[in-house]
Amino acid sequence: MQSPTLREALAALRRAPLLTGLSAGMVALALFVAGLFGTVTHNLQVALQSVEDRVAVVAYLDDGAGPAPIDRAVADLEARDDVREVRYVSQDRALEIARAELPELAELGAGLAENPFPASLEIVLQDGGADPDAIAVVAQAAAAIPIVEDVQYGQEWVDRLHALRRLTGVAVMVIGAAFAVVGALIIGTAIRIAIFARRDEIYIMRLVGAKDAFIRRPFLLEGAFTGVVGGAAATGLTWLTYQTLHRFLEDLSWIPSTWVVGGIAAGGFFGMLASAVAVRRHLREV
Amino acid sequence: MIRFIRVTKEYASGAAIEDVSLDIGKGEFVFLTGHSGSGKTTTLKLIHLSERPTDGEVRVAGFSSIRTTPRDLWKLRRKVGLVFQDFRLLPGRTAMENVGFALEVTGSPPKAITPKAQRLLSQVGLASKSERPVEQLSGGERQRVAIARALATEPLVLLADEPTGNLDERATRGVMDLIWEINALGMAVVMATHDLELVRRYASARVMELDQGRLVYDSSGVDRAVTHTT
Repeated sequence: MQSPTLREALAALRRAPLLTGLSAGMVALALFVAGLFGTVTHNLQVALQSVEDRVAVVAYLDDGAGPAPIDRAVADLEARDDVREVRYVSQDRALEIARAELPELAELGAGLAENPFPASLEIVLQDGGADPDAIAVVAQAAAAIPIVEDVQYGQEWVDRLHALRRLTGVAVMVIGAAFAVVGALIIGTAIRIAIFARRDEIYIMRLVGAKDAFIRRPFLLEGAFTGVVGGAAATGLTWLTYQTLHRFLEDLSWIPSTWVVGGIAAGGFFGMLASAVAVRRHLREV
Repeated sequence: MIRFIRVTKEYASGAAIEDVSLDIGKGEFVFLTGHSGSGKTTTLKLIHLSERPTDGEVRVAGFSSIRTTPRDLWKLRRKVGLVFQDFRLLPGRTAMENVGFALEVTGSPPKAITPKAQRLLSQVGLASKSERPVEQLSGGERQRVAIARALATEPLVLLADEPTGNLDERATRGVMDLIWEINALGMAVVMATHDLELVRRYASARVMELDQGRLVYDSSGVDRAVTHTT
């Protein structure tokens, strides 16, 4: 048997499907905008991360460095907490890579009397290692190794990347907060309209002596339901938009499932909150 | 049952009730008369505690306007039934659903709702029309549904604000006879009306007259005995 709360909530949806649909539609549109913003934010993060993943410190070695000092240098650097991986690139391998990446070198290759490329150590930093200060520390450590002749990591480029990361972080927070406020207001208005249309029921319930908690429950349930349905519809719309854009931008990635669940849950929460506020207002009238 | 102790109710526009004291006992039938704006509806709202006095105290069925918190209002509301001139029924629902709604939201056991709603509708003479949407009922029939709903919680007192104001002569008589019968079963009735013809027809009821918020006449000093004949 259904509880009175569920029965009343379902009855309300049945009696005014258009109004409920409109409310859910408004919630969906508000969350759809948030979903698009989330997609852009996520892809920006992915792009920045992939660039950061390519940040590496390259330590060029003396031509005469023997295997033992090289192995020791690799081991010392890998023992550091801020280093994820150290890759040794021999002179031959460096030439091979250069030939593969620069076709004009391929023609010259056979005529070279001596390999002009030095051996090197590619030092990959741990996640978040794009911090210029952290990179400088690793670069200094590498430079201090006797067999290391020179260290390069594109300092200016790393500085810019770091600045871009910080700027993106602030922009996402500010714009995200603005979207959240606007979304919450739209959801609140949609739910208030739906509840205003049923103020007579609240009035009569108060009149005949229903307890406030009893009056509230179906409305809270209905608000949560409207929010969740709106959230699910917003997810659908965002997915369709993503699919359409994905045809032109193959690198575009779909937002993490935790964000999707969080968005739908936010819809339900805001729906319930808006219902609570609106019902409270009507409860005071009698 | 109902006691006003030097009650004043002021709004921004002025005093609606001014220094009114009155006593209404169990089972009494009281007509509250007066011109529009004399304070009849405000008096009913004060009894129902939809409004609180600006000054003085209202006591109803053991509840005080001073001590009763908004959280506890529901307890009072179950002891005070209320009917309006415009019925205030839920549209799109049948007579049975309107009465059943009141029973359900006040915590009646689910199995008891339909039989009790049916019994209440029989009491007001609408057993045969219980499944009709209220929009398909006449004005008099709608008021009967509203009365059945007001009786759902078995209140001690029935407040009626111009309950015949929208009804024709025949419907008025039917609704009045019904309320009179309910009173005869022991429930106190306080009915606001400006229809003096109605008051004359039920001459054995107590009459209070308000004028500009003041109680200017109370027939209880003349004769408090109610005999149920019209």
